[in-house]
Amino acid sequence: MTPTGYFLDHLWLIPLFPLATAALMLFFGRRLPNAGVSVLCVGSVGVSFVYAASAVFQLLAADPEHRVAQQILFEWLTPGPIEMTGGHAVPFVADWGFLLDPLSCVMVLVVTGVGFLIHVYSVGYMGHEGGYYRFFGYMNLFMFAMLTLVLANNMLLMFVGWEGVGLCSYLLIGFYFLKKSASDAGKKAFIVNRIGDAGFILGILLAAVTLGTIRFTSKGLPDAEGASGILQALKAAVDAHALAHGAPVLTGIALLLFVGAVGKSAQIPLYVWLPDAMEGPTPVSALIHAATMVTAGVYMVARMNAVYQLAPLAMDVVAIVGAVTAIFAASIALAQNDIKKVLAYSTISQLGYMFLALGVGAFAAGIFHLMTHAFFKALLFLGAGSVIHAMSGEQDLQKMGGLWNKIPITAKTFAVATLAISGIFPFAGFFSKDEILGRAFDRYFSLWLVGLITAGMTAFYMFRLLFLTFFGYSRADEHVEKHIHESPPAMTVPLIILAGLSLIGGWIGWPGSLAGENRFERFLEPVLTGVVPETGAVRIAHHALAKEYFLMLASLSIAGAGIWLAYQFYRTKRIAPELVAGKWPRLYHLLLHKYYVDEVYDAAIVERTKDLGTLLGRFDLNVIDGVGVNGAGWLARFGSTLSMWWDKWVIDGLLNFSAKLMQLFSYPVRLLQTGVFSSYAMLILVGLVILLAYYGHHMQVLLRGVR
Amino acid sequence: MEFFANHILSVVLFMPLLGALVLLFIPREMENAHKIAGNVFGALGFLVSLPLLRWWNPGEKPFSFEESAEWIPSIGAKYHLGIDGISLLLVMLTTFLGMIAILSSWSAIHQRTKEYYILLLLLQTGMIGVFVSLDFFLFYVFWEVMLVPMYFLIGVWGSDRRLYAAIKFFLYTLAGSVVMLLAILALYFYAPVPAGGTRTFDVPTLLAAAHDFSDPLKVWLFWGFFFAFAIKVPMFPFHTWLPDAHTEAPTAGSVILAGVLLKMGTYGFIRFSLPLLPADAVMRARIIHIVIVLSLIGIIYGALVCLMQKDMKRLIAYSSVSHLGFCTLGIFALTPNGLAGSVLQQINHGISTGALFLIVGVLYERRHTRMISEFGGLATPMPNFAAIYLIVSLSSLGMPLLNGFIGEFTILQGAFQVSKAWAAWGSLGVVLGAAYLLWLYQRVMFGPVTQFANEDLPDLNLREYATLVPLVILAFWIGIYPKPFFALIEKPVQRIVEQVNPNFYQTERAKLPPAEFHAAAAETK
Repeated sequence: MTPTGYFLDHLWLIPLFPLATAALMLFFGRRLPNAGVSVLCVGSVGVSFVYAASAVFQLLAADPEHRVAQQILFEWLTPGPIEMTGGHAVPFVADWGFLLDPLSCVMVLVVTGVGFLIHVYSVGYMGHEGGYYRFFGYMNLFMFAMLTLVLANNMLLMFVGWEGVGLCSYLLIGFYFLKKSASDAGKKAFIVNRIGDAGFILGILLAAVTLGTIRFTSKGLPDAEGASGILQALKAAVDAHALAHGAPVLTGIALLLFVGAVGKSAQIPLYVWLPDAMEGPTPVSALIHAATMVTAGVYMVARMNAVYQLAPLAMDVVAIVGAVTAIFAASIALAQNDIKKVLAYSTISQLGYMFLALGVGAFAAGIFHLMTHAFFKALLFLGAGSVIHAMSGEQDLQKMGGLWNKIPITAKTFAVATLAISGIFPFAGFFSKDEILGRAFDRYFSLWLVGLITAGMTAFYMFRLLFLTFFGYSRADEHVEKHIHESPPAMTVPLIILAGLSLIGGWIGWPGSLAGENRFERFLEPVLTGVVPETGAVRIAHHALAKEYFLMLASLSIAGAGIWLAYQFYRTKRIAPELVAGKWPRLYHLLLHKYYVDEVYDAAIVERTKDLGTLLGRFDLNVIDGVGVNGAGWLARFGSTLSMWWDKWVIDGLLNFSAKLMQLFSYPVRLLQTGVFSSYAMLILVGLVILLAYYGHHMQVLLRGVR
Repeated sequence: MEFFANHILSVVLFMPLLGALVLLFIPREMENAHKIAGNVFGALGFLVSLPLLRWWNPGEKPFSFEESAEWIPSIGAKYHLGIDGISLLLVMLTTFLGMIAILSSWSAIHQRTKEYYILLLLLQTGMIGVFVSLDFFLFYVFWEVMLVPMYFLIGVWGSDRRLYAAIKFFLYTLAGSVVMLLAILALYFYAPVPAGGTRTFDVPTLLAAAHDFSDPLKVWLFWGFFFAFAIKVPMFPFHTWLPDAHTEAPTAGSVILAGVLLKMGTYGFIRFSLPLLPADAVMRARIIHIVIVLSLIGIIYGALVCLMQKDMKRLIAYSSVSHLGFCTLGIFALTPNGLAGSVLQQINHGISTGALFLIVGVLYERRHTRMISEFGGLATPMPNFAAIYLIVSLSSLGMPLLNGFIGEFTILQGAFQVSKAWAAWGSLGVVLGAAYLLWLYQRVMFGPVTQFANEDLPDLNLREYATLVPLVILAFWIGIYPKPFFALIEKPVQRIVEQVNPNFYQTERAKLPPAEFHAAAAETK
């Protein structure tokens, strides 16, 4: 039975609500009072959430294998036929269409749910900021783009959302555009993402010419036979032995798409924009740079899992990049002193975890961690925002401390999130992280070890953050100290709800080893099976229970060790951090300066590109224009000078020479031509006399004869 | 009405000329009358071109709205007009941008307004003539005629180095056209004369005849046309007249120059150069490679040079080199998508870059400078301007849901089918495009206001909105629903690809997907 219902038929409304209010804000927002802006913008996201949740419920009514609703509004881009690598010409069609299946269910609920809470929070946080309407306009525009991304039924429409969220990220990072660092960070985010996007575009093109379609699936379409989807084309090609497991072209598609994911989800080597993105207002960091947008890459890889499962090499690349990013970013987070920077590197690290999961074939676990991470990381950022709010804008951990009793709700919810991200049972992070580590253990022991060490580092830096912020003595200035206050309910209520989700949000994936049944994985199973069953990633792994317990114990104890170490460092002060830093000063500075990656990129790429531009600009001016064009002009002028000279001395010269010759010869004649009348008359007379003298004789004879 | 319907192309073609004639009779002191007459005829020019869309019904004939009359029978030159979907779009772009360019001059030009509007209108007729002529002689006349008003527009109303720029523009373009004239004459004389007939300049006839020419002759003819068009486009390394001409021209001149004039080159490539490609695979591949490599160099080179520009107009001029590189890349990929994307991208470039020049014009009118360093922080005094400028920048750098993306993606798609490397190099240009446009935007708009003179700059006025908003709407339209535009050019594109790259359709149609592929696809559903 195919799922039907009002909400499933109106999927397109889900992104449309925030788009409508975004347009309203950007056109007329300046004239609206703040209250009106809040009602409209928060309300539209709330309505989207209701629509999304209702649509999900209607979808759940169907059997697991039929849970797909797809709807095409119109054909968006239909330029003409393309030529597939097999040699067939097929029409290229990109729909404006929406797809709701279990995978997009999870995403759409996370995006609208967490998004709604962050919008509510923003009402409190941004209340006293200028450009309130602009902020909410951008935020709603972001919701539109993000919902388009997760609901798109084809790669190109997904790319529309993909670029759209990038744009909103650019606008919101640079929200305080008077600050140069903010607009710099926005620009950096956009350009670095563009590098990834170039890969994404090429991946789409390669998929299109390989498979002849960019639609994810044809399931759920009324004319499922006539319309092909990637999943179906892939299966057909594999069945017809046109494409094999591990075919280079599939590896190519997977890797190109992964370049896009690396950009958007801030993995090595394109992660550098995310820490800078913390220049944006804190709710933006929570929504875009923690909970939703940066996970788009994870979602995209999971969405294309059928291709990845046939490209083992690409899977390994994904896993390795993820694992290396996880430990690399976690190590940087150990030494940062800016509360948001710690969280930013933590986000990069956790995203690395998700890619590790995808790379070892645990797609469901990756999405599971995406969800739980959205809860606790959004909470951490919002909590940090509440702290910054209380501390009159201070972000330096060195100047905090002792806030536990002064802002109790923020402190307690923050502690819940810290426990969750550290992977402590029974908080949400425990389940998702454990799932990932377990699957990594099955695949590559080394990657599991990297993940495990990262887990320990995570627990350490998060508890360091917790202790430095909320415990011990206050290190704040006096006037800051006086203003410390708990945030208004608009901010604390979302914190409390997110804290609840950070606690129980993981229970949906309660593993079999602990007498659960991992409903989450079973729910996603139909989407993540791939096309070739034996390589399918979603085998419920049947470990020996003992091994399961060992793995759990390992990750719990390393988290405990991290917490214990942080406690010794920052609470009991039995080990002084300064001493450790002093013992390995080079290592400490390396971490503090984030391995100097930004500096290296600047020197090796950014400045060199600018130099190349300058060089080419000079080349343009001096060589192409100077030598080429002006040279041609000079040649023309030279030629004209030459021909002038030729004219003057050779052509004219010859002419003048002959004239001179004539002049010379005519000299005697000229003597006669005096121009004086009397001399002419005289000449005539003389001539007449001579004539008469000469012919006189004949004249006489003639005259005589007449007589 | 009947007459109008039968001679609509002539009406569209000569409406601006009529305006120029009317302006001749307005006394030179009546500045406002010049402006009004100029704008009225600019708008009329656009209005009379609208029925072209309304009545557009391309049957099986390659050209619509054809008109033909004897002109100079002794040499076989005729007054032959006609358009296909490609030229239709370009004509519409010309009339539309022309109207906007004329409107944008309202407060920018105060000297010799009479001559200014006359020349702008003359320019319109010249450009439309290039796109609608189906007779080589007529085409060449319009091609050259259009140079004169542009020369004066730059040389009289331009900024500091206007004379240098005007002469450079004129001579450079003329040099190319002379070679083209030779090629046209070669085509004219080499074409066989039908028994009892006379020689002709008729474009379809000559191009059909050229089909049977020997390959070496075709190669010669190709290069003959190539230089004229490559200079006009302009392709690397024939582009250096463009930054000077763009920078020195008045705003309206830059808008027309970038928006329409450059498209004469790409149009020429599509209409005249492609049919002259030799049939021999080796010779053809050599030509294609040269042109594509020049296009790719143009894309990347133009974008990189943008990074070091200090003058806004110069930067946008170099961005045109980069964008037009995409257009030529699409044309010479010889695939339906490359060609269709290229035509659409030509329109897109007219919209986006036209709007960018209008934006510089807005700033220039307020501050009388184009130096990037003179600005900064303008988002504070001019928020609405900031919004429109941002949208225009995004449209130019290829943000989805705006026009530029559709064109670039389609071109890359067309190029990708031929060579993955071409598409990869092209996509590098997309990355750099974001870099120079956003950097420019940041330096001009963001940060605190650094110059006292910028503190109270007025935001856009009504007339400026009227010039910019239609372009923004069009940018969104093409970005969100490009289907009508693709529908217009689908047939001519197919016709051209069938003619110049017969392999694409003939062999591919014969090899439809194998039956088992379909059957297997059906089973999995």
